[in-house]
Amino acid sequence: MAHAAAAAHHTSLGLDSRKLAFWAFIGSECLLFASLISTYLIYKGRSLVGPYPHDILNIPFTSISTFDLLMSSLMMVLALAAVQRGDLKWAKVWLFLTALLGIFFLAGQVYEFTSFVHEGLTLQRNLFGATFFVLTGTHGAHVTVGVIWLLTLWSRALGGKLGKANALTVEICGLYWHFVDVVWIVIFTVVYLIQ
Amino acid sequence: MSATKGGGLTSWLTTTDHKRIGLLYFWTAFVFFLIGGLEALIIRAQLARPGNTVVSAETFNQLFTMHGTTMIFLALMPLSAAFFNYIVPLQIGARDVAFPRLNAFSYWVFVLGGLFLNASWLLPNHPVPDAGWFGYANLTSREFSPGPNIDFWLLGLQILGVASLAAGFNFIVTILNLRAPGMKMMRLPVFSWMTLVTSFLIITAFPVITVALVLLMFDRFFGTHFYLTSAGGDPVLWQHLFWIFGHPEVYILILPAMGIVSEVLPTFARKPLFGYTVVVYSGVLIGFMGWGVWSHHMFSVGLGPIADSVFSATTMLIAVPTGVKIFNWLATLWGGQIRATSALHFAVGFIALFTIGGLSGVMHASPPADLQQTDTYFVVAHIHYVLFGGTVFGLFAGMYYWWPKMTGRLLGERLGKLHFWLMFVGMNLAFFPMHIIGLLGMPRRIYTYAPELGVAKLNLVSTVGAFLIGASILVFLINVWRTRKRGKVAGNDPWGGATLEWTIPSPPPPHNFDVIPTVASRLPRWSMTQLTAIPEGAELGKPHAPAGSWWPLVAACGLPVLALAPLTHTLWVAFLGAAILITGIYRWAFEPFEV
Repeated sequence: MAHAAAAAHHTSLGLDSRKLAFWAFIGSECLLFASLISTYLIYKGRSLVGPYPHDILNIPFTSISTFDLLMSSLMMVLALAAVQRGDLKWAKVWLFLTALLGIFFLAGQVYEFTSFVHEGLTLQRNLFGATFFVLTGTHGAHVTVGVIWLLTLWSRALGGKLGKANALTVEICGLYWHFVDVVWIVIFTVVYLIQ
Repeated sequence: MSATKGGGLTSWLTTTDHKRIGLLYFWTAFVFFLIGGLEALIIRAQLARPGNTVVSAETFNQLFTMHGTTMIFLALMPLSAAFFNYIVPLQIGARDVAFPRLNAFSYWVFVLGGLFLNASWLLPNHPVPDAGWFGYANLTSREFSPGPNIDFWLLGLQILGVASLAAGFNFIVTILNLRAPGMKMMRLPVFSWMTLVTSFLIITAFPVITVALVLLMFDRFFGTHFYLTSAGGDPVLWQHLFWIFGHPEVYILILPAMGIVSEVLPTFARKPLFGYTVVVYSGVLIGFMGWGVWSHHMFSVGLGPIADSVFSATTMLIAVPTGVKIFNWLATLWGGQIRATSALHFAVGFIALFTIGGLSGVMHASPPADLQQTDTYFVVAHIHYVLFGGTVFGLFAGMYYWWPKMTGRLLGERLGKLHFWLMFVGMNLAFFPMHIIGLLGMPRRIYTYAPELGVAKLNLVSTVGAFLIGASILVFLINVWRTRKRGKVAGNDPWGGATLEWTIPSPPPPHNFDVIPTVASRLPRWSMTQLTAIPEGAELGKPHAPAGSWWPLVAACGLPVLALAPLTHTLWVAFLGAAILITGIYRWAFEPFEV
């Protein structure tokens, strides 16, 4: 039976098809974020009215949420390792913590967006507002999808349905999560650090 | 849920069989092709004589917008996709695509996106998109387009983008990962190669137009100023984003046709393709270089001498791999045992007409020449030689070539040749005069012209040509109708083709291959080595056919519902759409499904 399953999944490149598709998807996503980041850079310094980036961006606060997201990637690595060695107990813990740190990041973003709006930066206010909210909002939407995905895996683990055989599912979710994390590093650098 | 068996409606709605999805793609796209053609005929009727009043200026704008959008996104791309679906798994020796349900999802999203876009015709006051298929900012802003016309266009294109992206991932993985044993990359049939290159272009180009459309959506629905100069925005940003997508899109449209021609010519010249390796590498090179030429659509913007020179040079360079292919096709024919079938007629017609289109393309690669030609009928002539003379002729070559494989019966050769000659003459009558009309100064996208311009006769000729093309399509449909029951039975291989699809019955059984073949050469059916015989003791148990599923269709339905939310300004519609989409995806992910 195990042999039949292995034969059914034989592929020309020796790489699982779902994983290959996901790498292609990540390549495609790179172009999506590249377009948004380019738009941000093209319009940098072209706002006619304030608030401008240096008036409003809170680097210490965002550094913490960046650290939070980086740590969630570490949790993800531990979650995958647990699933791969068939350790359901720790898989549950690490998956939940990964999702939880994702939720913290999103909460930080909600707080940040709200305080910016209070300080007068809206989508409509100027080009900085428009490009900032659309770029970081798109990233936030990706984190949201990732959190839902992680919680789905977590609930499967709670039901005892996340064994070694599902390691690939977790690995692909991990690929997505790390990618979203890497994109944030770029956004944090381009938008916050290099003003 | 193995509902695919049998032939009822349910089996088609739930099918995940690449052949059935291929046929669905084909007929849906062909209907859109007829709609787009009808729009073109009304345009030509209006332009038949100066000061004509067949349609109003507003309707004319809607017609040329929908003609372009329909032909590119709803006819040519999905007709290519029909062949990707039907032929690629057969050519590489696979039982299906890598993700059968994702494939069904692509199809349903495509149909629903097409219907969404065209639903605008049916609403009161016909709020049909009217800013051109390129939708230049700031014509598309709320200020200048207050109605829902542009909303239909941008939301429809977003939906269609999802379909293309999903298909792109699927075919990349299928071609890289599902090849039969021994089918190395350099043994892959050229059509499958070009499908691979096209799929890479799709997954890299569509995210860019997605972003362009998202920004437009924010401008129109949420009051941002991405493309509005009033707050420092720049309409040229739209042009860049659009053409960074738009030029690879041109190659997304032409590469599949080039692949088809590279299959048809060797079969009917009874010779291997001349310089297979070079043809493949040229296709790959075109895929890469297609990313570096977009600003040649924007010479009249005034980007400055450096940008203009660079993009002029890259545009002239990209003609080199294209020219290489043309010489390879000619050399394939040279000295071959030529059988002048309808398929070969269309393939040779492709070479001739595409070359003319390519030459006028090199002409406007030069910015000073382009400044004279841009926005005139000269450019209309160019794109129709490339996309009609090129892509459409290539697709028809594919139809005559693979029709027997897809239906089990051959199309009639006499009607096929009548179709070819009517279309060939009609095409040249319709589009060649446009070169001259353009050089004489007639601008494109204007609903009428004055008699003093001196282009009335040429326009009449062009209109006659357009109606000849229409007549040729009727001949094709008559051919299809007459041969559906009485056509010559195809058997496995009516043409003596070299590739794997000709080793199996026509139409193929649901599982395609009883035994997955082992491939030992580039032209398995023409080689001394042939295919490896069924190995001793091979298991000949009944291979399982893919099961069906409702969930791709359900998930696909979520997208147009989501798109209705901004159109109707109702939040609960958005939640409903998201709920349908999420339910579909979850049920899909967790249903038991064997590939």
